[in-house]
Amino acid sequence: MRQTWRPDLEDISHLKHTPLHALHLSLGARMVPFAGYDMPVQYPEGVLKEHLHTRAAAGVFDVSHMGQIIVRPKSGRIEDAALALEKLVPVDILGLAEGRQRYGLFTNDEGGILDDLMITNRGDHLFLVVNAACKDADFEHLKRGLGDTCDVKMLDDRALVALQGPRAEAVLCELWADVASMRFMDVAEADLHDVTCIISRSGYTGEDGFEISIPVTSAVDVTQRLLEHPDVMPIGLGARDSLRLEAGLCLYGNDIDADTTPVEAALEWAIQKSRRSGGDRAGGFPGAERILAEFANGAKRRRVGLKPEGRAPVRGGAKVYADAEGNVAVGTVTSGGFGPSVDGPVAMGYVDAAQAGNGTKLYAEVRGKYLPLTVTALPFVKQTYKR
Amino acid sequence: MLKFTEEHEWLKIEGDVATVGITEHAAGQLGDLVFVELPEAGASFAKGDSAATVESVKAASDVYCPLDGEIIEVNQAIVDDPSLVNSDPQGAAWFFKLKLADPSAANALLDEAAYKELVA
Repeated sequence: MRQTWRPDLEDISHLKHTPLHALHLSLGARMVPFAGYDMPVQYPEGVLKEHLHTRAAAGVFDVSHMGQIIVRPKSGRIEDAALALEKLVPVDILGLAEGRQRYGLFTNDEGGILDDLMITNRGDHLFLVVNAACKDADFEHLKRGLGDTCDVKMLDDRALVALQGPRAEAVLCELWADVASMRFMDVAEADLHDVTCIISRSGYTGEDGFEISIPVTSAVDVTQRLLEHPDVMPIGLGARDSLRLEAGLCLYGNDIDADTTPVEAALEWAIQKSRRSGGDRAGGFPGAERILAEFANGAKRRRVGLKPEGRAPVRGGAKVYADAEGNVAVGTVTSGGFGPSVDGPVAMGYVDAAQAGNGTKLYAEVRGKYLPLTVTALPFVKQTYKR
Repeated sequence: MLKFTEEHEWLKIEGDVATVGITEHAAGQLGDLVFVELPEAGASFAKGDSAATVESVKAASDVYCPLDGEIIEVNQAIVDDPSLVNSDPQGAAWFFKLKLADPSAANALLDEAAYKELVA
């Protein structure tokens, strides 16, 4: 058997640790290298049970490897930071109200995606959460783009913990009762366990839930308080991936990258009307010409959900064909695996625009066979955000 | 005769037929299996060929043919219920029966003590 699960051939001495590293080890986590960090891929319960528990109750995820960046306007006027950031993202930041969060994308001059991120208006500054693998490049990109008008600071003294699932609100309520008044994408400051945290009602599972930014010195205390609740289980990167895939959410580096545009990636919803042609602040971001042209004319290829017909998972990298003989190549799977809540394989990938309609029958090459799959609307499971 | 490979297959050899599966250690490392693909009866494999595939939520892994031979029977029960491989890997969850081209080649494989030392 091929030993795909054994990372011991890699040198792990250079890997960084999150503030919760020792806690993961004490919980019996299996650790793997991920984006330069030694991270828990699963705990003793295993990926399948962790996934199902998150959808049924609540799960705690360590996402401290992600970058937390503050953008503070030198003028003191938040509008100046918003307009400056709008030069790097095709997102309406000026219209983002205080205490609200929005999904965004850094684009390049060709219209490709440099990273995806969450952007919050915190009143006197913007608070950004970016992907671990991109965070150093994002930080440099922000300093180059906004350094004249804003102070850009990477926070290295905060952990980030996600609490996700239908019981998340009840669990967090025991530490901070006001959490029930938050809606999806609200952000608030709150004292948990006598520690001032920044809480957003958002996540990466398709479930209702929260992401909690915690000062490093209290990260273990607060996380342990969450884990003590009988409804809560620690969840590793394995289930994090299967949960987000079922929810139809992109993984940067797999489903979106510098060679995919927002329109190809079916992320038009992340570009508000004010930044599109005819809007108050149309364009003015890197790659605007191509991206706005694709809004008007469509893109040549499109990210779609792909539902394999059989039981065999179709993994990222599998080639997709229009015919069962593999003669007419039409695309590639970018993420794929087994969806425990769907109880079957699920995938997403890019296919030619002509093949992107829901219900289109296609074939993916897996170990020399051509397995039938159907273009399917995302997400695979109903999102349960509290809007 | 019970033999093992360094790639975590076990073989129970009776005459010139080996019943082959994956070890408890391997099943534990893979985690909950959700899909098993077995070869066709009648197929011939050389030692080291990929003969079967097991998939967890997270990843696919190949199961290698431990010796040269021909598949004479496969265990449909683990295709119907892959979780059997996690619950009884060295018993009911055997993968296939292999008619060995050269039964004496099995002597070069690990015995149980040597395998246990390998995974200790």
